[in-house]
Amino acid sequence: MSVKRDSLSLSFAVGVYGAAFGAASVAAHFSVLQTCAISLLTFSGASQFAAVGVVGAGGGALSAVATGALLGTRNGLYAVRMAPLLKVRGAKRVVAAQVTIDESTGVALAQNNDDDARTGFWWTGFGVFIFWNIFTLLGALSAGLLKDPAAFGLDALVPAAFVGLVWPRLIGKKSYILAAISFIFALSLAPFVPAGIPIIATSLLAVLVGWRA
Amino acid sequence: MSIYWITALGTSAACFLFKYLGHSVPESWLAHPRVQRINLLIPVALLSALVAIQAFTDKTRIVIDHRMAGVSFAIAAFVAKLPFPFAVFGAAVVSAIIYRLA
Repeated sequence: MSVKRDSLSLSFAVGVYGAAFGAASVAAHFSVLQTCAISLLTFSGASQFAAVGVVGAGGGALSAVATGALLGTRNGLYAVRMAPLLKVRGAKRVVAAQVTIDESTGVALAQNNDDDARTGFWWTGFGVFIFWNIFTLLGALSAGLLKDPAAFGLDALVPAAFVGLVWPRLIGKKSYILAAISFIFALSLAPFVPAGIPIIATSLLAVLVGWRA
Repeated sequence: MSIYWITALGTSAACFLFKYLGHSVPESWLAHPRVQRINLLIPVALLSALVAIQAFTDKTRIVIDHRMAGVSFAIAAFVAKLPFPFAVFGAAVVSAIIYRLA
């Protein structure tokens, strides 16, 4: 029972961030419909913020999709870990894939036995999906009422959200160094290359820093 | 199709593809420690770059404006271990105040 309760309370807490995405997306000139489509279909917070962020900063669709996709690769590795546990095929595999995210994987891995792990995965996956999409709609509708997004701080909401997304990933010296050089590298490139490229380019820094243990 | 729909659907397709492939390939394929390490670091690099670009550029110019106040508030809030929505919406409020004062 407590797995379900934990899953749902985490789902609600995470789902509330959806309001920040909805507001950020509308501030980047996506429509409410497009914003909701992203939350339903992409369903991966960091990728969503990144894609709308790149477009909002003047980047092209290709840069936006590439940045969102690169941030989505980690879900693939989560899926590799979840597959032997879930053992699903066909339509059920499609559903399992869509709800394979940080939180559903995290809750599943935190359990002591396979039954609880599966319960945690599905309840957290569906729970976050429901709350994330409800709050996306609420955030998008609220932001849509504002005429000048900067006057309500929406232009600061996006970078603040990125700070919050990178924060828990700063574990160990390498990640701090990488964060600092990526920050400086992106700003150094920004005046000289099309918007979006400075962000994607830092993935090469991640490869360099991660090459050796 | 507009840049907005291409971004929305393209990002969705790419993200779903990774999720689905992960459920469909043998576990050993991605077990290499180097793949695991780089996979953990890619979000750190991209998200740090996104903070820089979103907070300190306007088109292709580097600028320091009201957004820096908001982001500084968010950093302070995360250092103080305050919840995500408080930090993010608080950043918006601080930024809006500076924007209106300026």
